[in-house]
Amino acid sequence: MTESTQVLTEHTRSEIEEWLKKYPEDRKQSAVLAALRAAQHQNDGYLTTELMDAVATYLDMPRIAVYEVASFYSMFETEPVGRHSISVCTNISCMLMGSDTIVEHLEKKLGIKTGESTKDGKFFIKVEEECLAACCGGPMMMIDHKYYENLTPEKVDEILDELE
Amino acid sequence: MSEDKITIEVDGQTFSANKGQMLIEVTDANDIYVPRFCYHNKLTIAANCRMCLVEVEKAPKALPACATPVMEGMKVKTKSKAAIAAQKAVMEFLLINHPLDCPICDQGGECELQDLAMGYGQDVSRYQERKRVVKDKNIGPLIQTDLTRCIHCTRCVRFGEEIAGLREMGATGRGENTQIGTYIEKSVTSEMSGNVIDLCPVGALTSKPFRYSARTWELVQKEAVAPHDSVGSNIHVHVKANKVKRVVPAINESINEVWLSDRDRFSYEAVNSEDRLNKPMVKDNGTWHEVDWETALEVVSNSLQVLIDSNDTEQIGAIASASSTLEELYLLQKYIRAIGSNNIDSRLKQSDFSDQDDAPAFPYLGQSIAEFDNLQATLLIGSNVRKEQPIINHRLRKAVLHGATVSVLNSVDYDFNFPVKAKTIVAPDMIPLELASILKAVIEISNRDVDTQIKQSIDKATADENHKAIAAQLLDADDAIVLLGNIASSHPQFSLLRSLAGLIAELSNSKLGYLSENANTSGAWLAGAVPHRLTGCKQTDAGMNTQEMLKARLKAYILMGVEPELDCYDSRIAREAMKNADFVVSLTAFRSDEMNEYADVLLPISVFTETSGTYINNEGTKQSFAGAVTPLAEARPAWKVLRVLGNYFELEGFDYQSSTDVLDEAMKQIGSIEGDNSSSWKLSGSINNSSNGLQRITETPMNMIDSISRRADSLQKTSDVSDGAIHINSALAEKNKLANDDSAKVEQDDNSVTLKVIIDERVADDCVLIQSAHPEQINLGASFGEIRIAKS
Repeated sequence: MTESTQVLTEHTRSEIEEWLKKYPEDRKQSAVLAALRAAQHQNDGYLTTELMDAVATYLDMPRIAVYEVASFYSMFETEPVGRHSISVCTNISCMLMGSDTIVEHLEKKLGIKTGESTKDGKFFIKVEEECLAACCGGPMMMIDHKYYENLTPEKVDEILDELE
Repeated sequence: MSEDKITIEVDGQTFSANKGQMLIEVTDANDIYVPRFCYHNKLTIAANCRMCLVEVEKAPKALPACATPVMEGMKVKTKSKAAIAAQKAVMEFLLINHPLDCPICDQGGECELQDLAMGYGQDVSRYQERKRVVKDKNIGPLIQTDLTRCIHCTRCVRFGEEIAGLREMGATGRGENTQIGTYIEKSVTSEMSGNVIDLCPVGALTSKPFRYSARTWELVQKEAVAPHDSVGSNIHVHVKANKVKRVVPAINESINEVWLSDRDRFSYEAVNSEDRLNKPMVKDNGTWHEVDWETALEVVSNSLQVLIDSNDTEQIGAIASASSTLEELYLLQKYIRAIGSNNIDSRLKQSDFSDQDDAPAFPYLGQSIAEFDNLQATLLIGSNVRKEQPIINHRLRKAVLHGATVSVLNSVDYDFNFPVKAKTIVAPDMIPLELASILKAVIEISNRDVDTQIKQSIDKATADENHKAIAAQLLDADDAIVLLGNIASSHPQFSLLRSLAGLIAELSNSKLGYLSENANTSGAWLAGAVPHRLTGCKQTDAGMNTQEMLKARLKAYILMGVEPELDCYDSRIAREAMKNADFVVSLTAFRSDEMNEYADVLLPISVFTETSGTYINNEGTKQSFAGAVTPLAEARPAWKVLRVLGNYFELEGFDYQSSTDVLDEAMKQIGSIEGDNSSSWKLSGSINNSSNGLQRITETPMNMIDSISRRADSLQKTSDVSDGAIHINSALAEKNKLANDDSAKVEQDDNSVTLKVIIDERVADDCVLIQSAHPEQINLGASFGEIRIAKS
């Protein structure tokens, strides 16, 4: 079964190892969130069953326990998605500042609805359920790990154009 | 103790309770009903269904009885306005998403949700929105999912983690999208998986074989004993219109608690199998004719009478399955001995009988099944206990979770569902040396004095750290046991293994136990269905054992519940003996092509649900049961067949009115059943220093154990069946240039067959694992010994 961890890259494994150092040896599963994050990152933003199985093997956890974690947290994608994950905050503060226009603009520009990915696999507009805690800069969005605040449709165009 | 006791008041009554107990345990113990879905007394507390909310004085809100520890002076109201209002509110939430498909739901009639909805539900739903729908997943041939009905109590999830020891189901997703399931499309593989059907309080997990075949209120419940392992799990057989519809566990805390293995739960399908023999049949010049019982029995008596008249009764051999009842085995041995032969045996998979005179009265477990919970150390020899005796394995697992250690000596690295302390995987012919080394370690550490002859015999062995660790575990424990499993008892040097294990147990103050194979192995020994002992362990001139009877190619065989080519130690010799015999009569519930070929008379007998009878399990508990249904067509209970056969031979003492008469007579001779495995151990046979070439290992997969489980369709769709392949590790495969799925020429003695290769790293080096009871490998022969493989 150890071969199954081979799908994790050297870099992912060393990252998991770093996290494992922070927890007692018999509590390996404490590193599951960090491990899944690293695994998702190596795979352009989403997890596959093989990756989750590899994490399970690596951390001595039942596979289903890893599936449970991955499917519970909204920051993990378990279906293929575009490699840039765009989350537009639509909670109350951002909404008052015009986040609806931003979502509408994004959807129109990319030709997809929230929750979908572009055909070229470049962009994914995530259904963002929660406030992203940047109310003073609303409307705002997060692309991959980065926050972009005080958005206007023009600014959104600029930001997207700069992405690979 | 008294300071641990406190007093609480529930619904105006005062009860004494233990500190730390949960409220629901106290109400349950005192017959005060509190509704619940997620709470189960064998599982940990989840407190997620909230159905058990009760009012507790001074608490601002209703509290869940399952997760509220009792406190001195606590005043609880389970049926107050506030409690009922809370329970009704929870019920309303639960019903929001529950479909109204009770009329087509198999759980209907025995559904906890349905019952409680009657008591606590509203007549009208205030919910107008769409209900949630969950797509069904196929999780294998045994369990049907209807997860739209799931209320997320997580009993099945907790069962997997806590009881089955194999977490296969989980709750994925979150909030309203939470789903119970396996996430990926996969079959659940636990040998105890069927228990989630009982645990599920709604119709989300139901029995796949039983599906849509009856409504629960049409079923009549009959008590019975499970026939597939030596545990004797208590079961309820559910019957409709004289047909067995399903089997569920009956609670017996000292044996199976509330659980049942899948084999015991689903084997009933074979009872209604197409292979069932309906009528007595006689072969005449190679063609089979259905005849009446009289004609069939006349043919039997005439054919055997010829041998009796010519003083050739030594040429008659009786081979019986140890899954037969005590009454059947007693009568068969009485009959065969009355006509003048001691050739009777029920030890089908054994090959070394050399110390049978020193064997205990019956292969005793060494302790009671319940005592497994308290064990501190176990040495398991030649056993895949998890698949062979799932309930014993469950008990053993419980002990391990409480801190017990288990060491394993096997030829295949079986997957245990608990941590194993020390593991030694060697070829079968090296097991004696390993045991001798452990024995040596025990002697060294304990400093006990032993016979010089014993010392000399284990001279070649050297105790390394591993052996010493195992020895120390046994010696350090106050309660330890050395267990011989099914693979040990069919080992060609069984008597040597037994003595070594016995000495290890004796010198380490441990118990010695046998994990015997069949439901009535103990009963077979006590009834005298062994060639060297009469009923009640009385010595007699030994007749032939199974192996001798088959090797001797007798003129006549009487078979009872046996398919020799599938059930015996040496399948090839068994088949040849049958084909070569002048006369074979088979008392059998099923027909097979093989049987059609070698038998001369087929007498249809009842299966376990159709006969009254008695099993004695491995701890020595005698359990009698009545037939749940009348026998199929013209099949008859085997005890009746044997009684009438006795009458045909005008033998004395065959005038029983009921199976109870037979039991009474047998028990009078058996007396009280007391297990005792002690012996004055001698070491006979040589301890090999190095392995002899390539070795065959034979295991019997869980669902291939007897003619019933082999015909249970759903069990046959699981992975616990024979695959007709050779299992070798990659080192051996490389050596022979074999890869997965290749065909290999497999040779044993002068016989060869071609079998598929499966690379299986669990198998010891230079060993070939073959699963028994598969038609492809019958021609090979003995279960153990040298074997050769090559690419074909």
